[in-house]
Amino acid sequence: MNIDEILHTFIAESRELLQDMEDALLRIEQSPTDEELINAIFRAAHTIKGSAGLFGLDYIVSFTHVAESVLDRVRNGELHMAGELVAVLLSSCDHLALLIEHLASGGGEPAAEIQEKSAALIAALHVYLDEGAAQTTGVVVQAELSLHGSSEGGGEVETDLWHISLRFGLDVLRNGMDPLSFLRYLGTLGEIQHIVTLLNDIPATELMDPESCYLGFEISFKSDADKASIEGVFEFVREDCLICILPPRSKISDYLRLIAELPEENLRIGEILLRCGTLTQAELDAALLLQHGDGSEPVRPLGEVLVDAKMVQSPVLEAALGKQKLVKEHKSSEANLIRVDADKLDELINLVGELIIAGAGTNLIAQRVGEADLLESTATLSSLVEEVRDSALKLRMVQIGGTFNRFQRVVRDVGRELGKDIELVISGAETELDKTVVEKIGDPLTHLVRNSMDHGIESAETRLANGKSAKGTLKLNAYHDAGSIVIEVCDDGGGLNKQRILNKAIERGLVSEVNNLSDREIYNLIFEAGFSTAEAVSNLSGRGVGMDVVKRNITALRGTVNLDSIEGQGTRVTIRLPLTLAIIDGFLVGVGSSVYVIPLDMVVECIERTAWENAGGDGRYINLRGEVLPYLRLREHFEVAGASARREYVVVVRHGENKVGLVVDRLLGEFQTVIKPLGRVFNKIGGIGGFTILGSGEVALILDVPSLVRPAVNFETKVQTAAASGLTDQRI
Amino acid sequence: MNVNVVNQQGICRVGMAGEMTIYTAAKTKDALLLAMADCNEIEMDLGAVSEIDAAGLQLLALAKRCAEETNKPLQFVAHSQVILDTLDLCNLAGVFGDPVVLTSGQN
Repeated sequence: MNIDEILHTFIAESRELLQDMEDALLRIEQSPTDEELINAIFRAAHTIKGSAGLFGLDYIVSFTHVAESVLDRVRNGELHMAGELVAVLLSSCDHLALLIEHLASGGGEPAAEIQEKSAALIAALHVYLDEGAAQTTGVVVQAELSLHGSSEGGGEVETDLWHISLRFGLDVLRNGMDPLSFLRYLGTLGEIQHIVTLLNDIPATELMDPESCYLGFEISFKSDADKASIEGVFEFVREDCLICILPPRSKISDYLRLIAELPEENLRIGEILLRCGTLTQAELDAALLLQHGDGSEPVRPLGEVLVDAKMVQSPVLEAALGKQKLVKEHKSSEANLIRVDADKLDELINLVGELIIAGAGTNLIAQRVGEADLLESTATLSSLVEEVRDSALKLRMVQIGGTFNRFQRVVRDVGRELGKDIELVISGAETELDKTVVEKIGDPLTHLVRNSMDHGIESAETRLANGKSAKGTLKLNAYHDAGSIVIEVCDDGGGLNKQRILNKAIERGLVSEVNNLSDREIYNLIFEAGFSTAEAVSNLSGRGVGMDVVKRNITALRGTVNLDSIEGQGTRVTIRLPLTLAIIDGFLVGVGSSVYVIPLDMVVECIERTAWENAGGDGRYINLRGEVLPYLRLREHFEVAGASARREYVVVVRHGENKVGLVVDRLLGEFQTVIKPLGRVFNKIGGIGGFTILGSGEVALILDVPSLVRPAVNFETKVQTAAASGLTDQRI
Repeated sequence: MNVNVVNQQGICRVGMAGEMTIYTAAKTKDALLLAMADCNEIEMDLGAVSEIDAAGLQLLALAKRCAEETNKPLQFVAHSQVILDTLDLCNLAGVFGDPVVLTSGQN
């Protein structure tokens, strides 16, 4: 590992830490006293500062130091995480991200404007360092009182200093790290009271490799920092060095509890005991002597030596051992995660796609040959291929929570800009969907969220006047439904004004006055291009571009978007997306000589048409067990040549709440379908979502059910509306 | 790293100059041992050392020990500021036993 790689790791880790910090800062507004969150924020700042210090990145250290000091005061309960402070910390977090990006793009002294920004933020942070200094003493005294008050069970270790034992690994210097810089950095956390440098490990002159590190240190350290901060100093050498940190003044009754509370690290038992304060330095030295003293015996574990020498009570040891085992298990489950290049996954999915096509070909041949053994073996093969397909696709599945959480920041910032107090409620964050879909859904969602905040949720005064709480609520929800993922954006704002939309649409010539439109159709007019009803155009939205772009983006993902609204109560936008863009389970149907694929998840049932035909109908709907079911003849829709088959089937498909029957000539059964996109020339063809290659090498078109369902359902709604308003005598 | 050796009637004056770090450690070790090999007493001038890290520090310790083993007195003189800071940090001034100017950081 060279220094560049380490720096690279530092940059990557810092980015993650800053993301955590931002998330925690956003969540802390809801629960300003949550210690876990405060600690997470502090840790992020602290780790970045520490690592930056090791690289000598002064411009990061000096800035982060101030932020860390403020956070330290928050952590000690001296400062309250109020809105203003969170805002300053969020800007600091952003600025820190900027500094890290600066480092990533080559580093060097940052430009003057960045420095100015640093100085401005440091000044803003300093306000919190100076303010309320008078209260400080009171809090500290109280803290100390409680520390002494809880003293029970006696047996305190005498010293009130931390004791740190360091044995650096041989390769530390080669890895580009200087043990001395760790000491210097430790010095920034407190005061090194006494230090003994151990030179005994340096081997004989000839054997000594000048590039290996043989140093060890024993340090008495006076500090108010916590154990995690002190451990954090040695973060970069933790793996190849022996580091023992003994907290000051531990009590025997605390040992067992402390063992249980130890942070998850793979620690040697001696270290656990040391850190628990079970041993004094003298006892440990004696034990180490015992362990190494007799070369003739096989080396006994330190724990055993200690118990034998009656230095530790065995319950303490057992607890330590138990903890160590847990830590090990935890470590191994952590190690189960690996990062994989997304391109490699795409390649795998592609190959699986080809495998499915090839498998289908083999199946077909096996059926033609008709040999039982061959059939059986191909059947096994297909089921395995199916499993491989499922697991390969699952690899690409990510939880939508990450995307949702990003909106905490958006909602907060936009809310501030608009002067509205808006709370974001997230549910269904664990719902999984394809990574490509997740990446592409971000922009449309941002637009919808901003739109809801800008136009949907009213100002606090209006809300109070309408008898609502001053705080607006925006909900993001996600769930799986019939092979799709549904994402909802709801607000409890003013809702849409139906009449205004209609007027506007008529004015723009999108609909004519004589059209009878259902409420839903009217609402969904706002997705038409160039449509905006906002009276005031803000810089966020309302310029008439946007909603149509949202719709276009979602349609491009083979999804649909729908809007429901109740005037005065709120609006709900529902986005429905396919789970994956690559491979689906398909249902093959035949019309004439053509074969079509219907996504299997959308198929509800198949029936024979003649059995259900309503003789009295106009040929556009059938009576399905008392339910009105509009239907569509694929033969007519795709203008397939040839006469209708004598016996026709209806495949009932569902999309969202809408059911439609598709009339076909033949049912051909299930088929694993690798979706191939259609070329640009065919982009305009409605009702086709792509194509696939069948086992026989033939091409089958994949039906885009949502776009087929829409006209059929519109027709149905119109018939019903017309019937309800008595304008027609059509029989239903 | 420059090692300048002047041998005067068995007393070897070694002038160290430049950085004593991991990057020069291998060369420095060889030069040091060579200088120490053919003399009875060594005086090492650390005035021109511009940078020292743990690797350099180890070499100083090695030189001290080596001198002790071979019974040749070794004295560090004219410590540069970086050397003083480092000895302070590791509390080694007393271990090496050479007269140094104490700074405020010393306990």
